[in-house]
Amino acid sequence: MGVHGEPVSNRSSSATATHPTRVPSDVPFFTALLLLSASYALLLLGMLVAMGSFTSPVHLWAAVQSEEIIYATRLSLLSCSMAAIWAVWVAVPIGYLMSRYKFAGKNFVDALFDIPIVLPPLVIGLALLILFQTQVGQFFENLVPGGITFAVPAVILAQFMVATAFAIRTMRVTFDGINPRTEQVALTLGCNRSQAFWQVVLPETRNGVVTAGTLAWARALGEFGPILVFAGATRMRTEVLPTSVFLELSVGNIEAAVAVSLIMVCLAMIVLVIARVFGMHDLFL
Amino acid sequence: MIQVDQLEVIQGDFSLREVSLHIPTGQYGVLMGRTGCGKTTVLEAICGLRKIESGRIVLADRDVTDLKPAARNVGYIPQDGVLFSTMTVRQHLAFAPKVRKLDHHVTGEWIDELADLLDIRHLLNRKPAKLSGGERQRVALGRALSFHPPVLLMDEPLSALDDETRSQMYDVIQRVRRHTGVTALHVTHNVSEAAGLADVLFAFEDGVIQERPLA
Repeated sequence: MGVHGEPVSNRSSSATATHPTRVPSDVPFFTALLLLSASYALLLLGMLVAMGSFTSPVHLWAAVQSEEIIYATRLSLLSCSMAAIWAVWVAVPIGYLMSRYKFAGKNFVDALFDIPIVLPPLVIGLALLILFQTQVGQFFENLVPGGITFAVPAVILAQFMVATAFAIRTMRVTFDGINPRTEQVALTLGCNRSQAFWQVVLPETRNGVVTAGTLAWARALGEFGPILVFAGATRMRTEVLPTSVFLELSVGNIEAAVAVSLIMVCLAMIVLVIARVFGMHDLFL
Repeated sequence: MIQVDQLEVIQGDFSLREVSLHIPTGQYGVLMGRTGCGKTTVLEAICGLRKIESGRIVLADRDVTDLKPAARNVGYIPQDGVLFSTMTVRQHLAFAPKVRKLDHHVTGEWIDELADLLDIRHLLNRKPAKLSGGERQRVALGRALSFHPPVLLMDEPLSALDDETRSQMYDVIQRVRRHTGVTALHVTHNVSEAAGLADVLFAFEDGVIQERPLA
């Protein structure tokens, strides 16, 4: 059609018939795709390679054998696992609720669950610190032997607060992807709501649960800001791997900081591979 | 039998008023109507999956209006079957008997009998991802019949099938009717499907359900 809505004169169509239309090449499109993807991938790889070449096996071995690093690794593994399990435990019901039900103030609640994602990590730590100075906070502080603030429970709680927000997002998307009719059918087959959820809906979310758990674990492993403020950076007490990097850097021991960073890279890779293997499980059935 | 009296459903801007239909015991009712006219809503209301404002629903001589879906004893096949992706075909057929705590011995024999009736015995250990469209519908039919419901509700069960599979499904449905004596309500927009299966034919036009003579 022409500019004013009249049919375009048939001059162009007859031209099309006599001269085959020249289709512009796809090369620029694929070149742009490749260049942009490659630039990011190379930057990532470059970071890892640079870090790997900065340290030597001797430094790495010394770091791995250091009592402080062994403690930090053990605490990181333990606290991340607890935070991730706890995060999934909370994210599954919240994700289900947010995906399936409409209620007054849902938008507000939705935004609330995103707060840990958008807030600066230090602020989350500060908020936790202040919360546990209140009367209610002190009540819970006294319930736990050894206290919460500036102790191991604070490390787990700080990791949990951030990791859960990501787990909730993942679980919500997972539940959104499951046809609500699945559980409706289960209801007609004789289930109550709880049976339909546990026996039909939850098994369908297995990959989502693994992804949410992995993401939560990885986030928890890298968490530093809230832990520094809420749990402190005390060696052999609240020291997790990111804290070790910070402490080693602050005394100028860059080799040790890099060695600890490499330990974290390896741990993260192992978890990612495990998650991928679980994710592909379905393909082989 | 399936009896719906003066049903009223309001869902946002959409509403159904004074919807009534009656299908005698053992008969096959087909409800025809254009897409979006509310056919699925009627089925969901009969299943108990949709809240009704007023009206009465009687299934197999039992007033189920205020009962939960599980207590209504209705075999329901939603559009596209909606199978459980993590379960094998055998687990689909055993699911309702297990939830309803039906006798295990009877269940085992019954599953084999049902699988033979629907010609899915060779598929019992497969998961839905490895089934064709027609096989999926037969499994959905088996799952819905697995706890011997007196009433079967089907929402466009044949709409996604090719002509050959569809005619095979006609035979399966006729076999199921002879074998179980179930009272059925089948929703479709396909005229030939209605003509091939219906004992009682209803048309849904402008929010009103009217019984139509069979061609």
